[in-house]
Amino acid sequence: MSAEGCGAPAGGFSVSTAVAAGDQAVVEGTVSHDGAPISTGYARLLGTGDEFVAEVPLGADGGFRFFAAPGSWTLRVLAPGGVRAERTVDADYGQVTKVVVTV
Amino acid sequence: MSRSDVLVDAEWVESQLGQPGVVLVEVDEDASAYDKGHIPTAVKVDWKKDLQDPVRRDFVDKTGFEALLSERGISNDDTVVLYGGNNNWFAAYAYWYFRLYGHSSVKLLDGGRKKWELDSRELSTDVPERAKTSYTASEQDSSLRALREEVLAAIGKRNLVDVRSPDEFAGRLLAPAHLPQEQAQRAGHIPTARNVPWSKAANEDGTFRSDDELRELYEAEAGLDFAKDTIAYCRIGERSAHTWFVLHELLDLANVKNYDGSWTEYGSLVGVPIELGDAR
Repeated sequence: MSAEGCGAPAGGFSVSTAVAAGDQAVVEGTVSHDGAPISTGYARLLGTGDEFVAEVPLGADGGFRFFAAPGSWTLRVLAPGGVRAERTVDADYGQVTKVVVTV
Repeated sequence: MSRSDVLVDAEWVESQLGQPGVVLVEVDEDASAYDKGHIPTAVKVDWKKDLQDPVRRDFVDKTGFEALLSERGISNDDTVVLYGGNNNWFAAYAYWYFRLYGHSSVKLLDGGRKKWELDSRELSTDVPERAKTSYTASEQDSSLRALREEVLAAIGKRNLVDVRSPDEFAGRLLAPAHLPQEQAQRAGHIPTARNVPWSKAANEDGTFRSDDELRELYEAEAGLDFAKDTIAYCRIGERSAHTWFVLHELLDLANVKNYDGSWTEYGSLVGVPIELGDAR
């Protein structure tokens, strides 16, 4: 794995490409509306007190992925048209926590 | 500098589309974002391919910067408007280059690509054809860039602002949470650094907070002494370019430098002091 940069994974991110958790605490999932993926939008990971942790653009499959620290997080989705959604997720080392968001 | 000199909004950009003398540049790490759709007339700059030295760990030198801008059809007297993803991290980083290499008129689009997208403004897949230019850059302005020896000498003396997330600052993560956790050999932060995550300077839509809110954030809440010189750092220098933009360009503080070596360099140096734990 290469993580030279700080931004979105290069080459067009697809959460359909599976990742093994290894020793990481992975939070990943998809965002959809009426069964269709939302590919223009953003997923934000927030800590306690709404502390911003990370943000990624949604992939072509509506997907997002974070490599978090263990703990409880808030996932917030933003999309055009004022779309907002929030979920609480728990992450732990060695686990891929899946979140399916429908808006 | 003041906010109106360095920051433009979407309405201004829309009014300037296609105007000679104004060049929109999208700067991304994920180069495919531009291909998916960009602001009409914008040219693309790839953070890694175009802005980093392909061999040494450094960014493009003066000659490389001149070649890049000439190839993209940007002239010395053009007004360059930068925007990008990641809440303008990489656009702010490119902005810092333009200042380092002496470009006279450069601005950021407030909110960057995200706000443009969330507002459902027009995106185009047409790639503009711009005639090549012969761009001439100035020598790097060393007053804007901190190197490692200067950072070490600044411990306990100048403001050191670590703009990474609290988990990275404390040493619980080595990279932002949307990336695999690797890179520097050691986790933690530079002793005496204050932790002011870059994100606190931005609203949820990626726009910058007001000048009053920013002053409150850095001076009152974080305890920076605005009378002292300041060095900002993050992991690889782009989030800290965002904070450099806030402190040097928006709040007009003198002597603010970006340490672009940042934690990937500092956290791998042998023998330097490191602190662990949350901000006090």
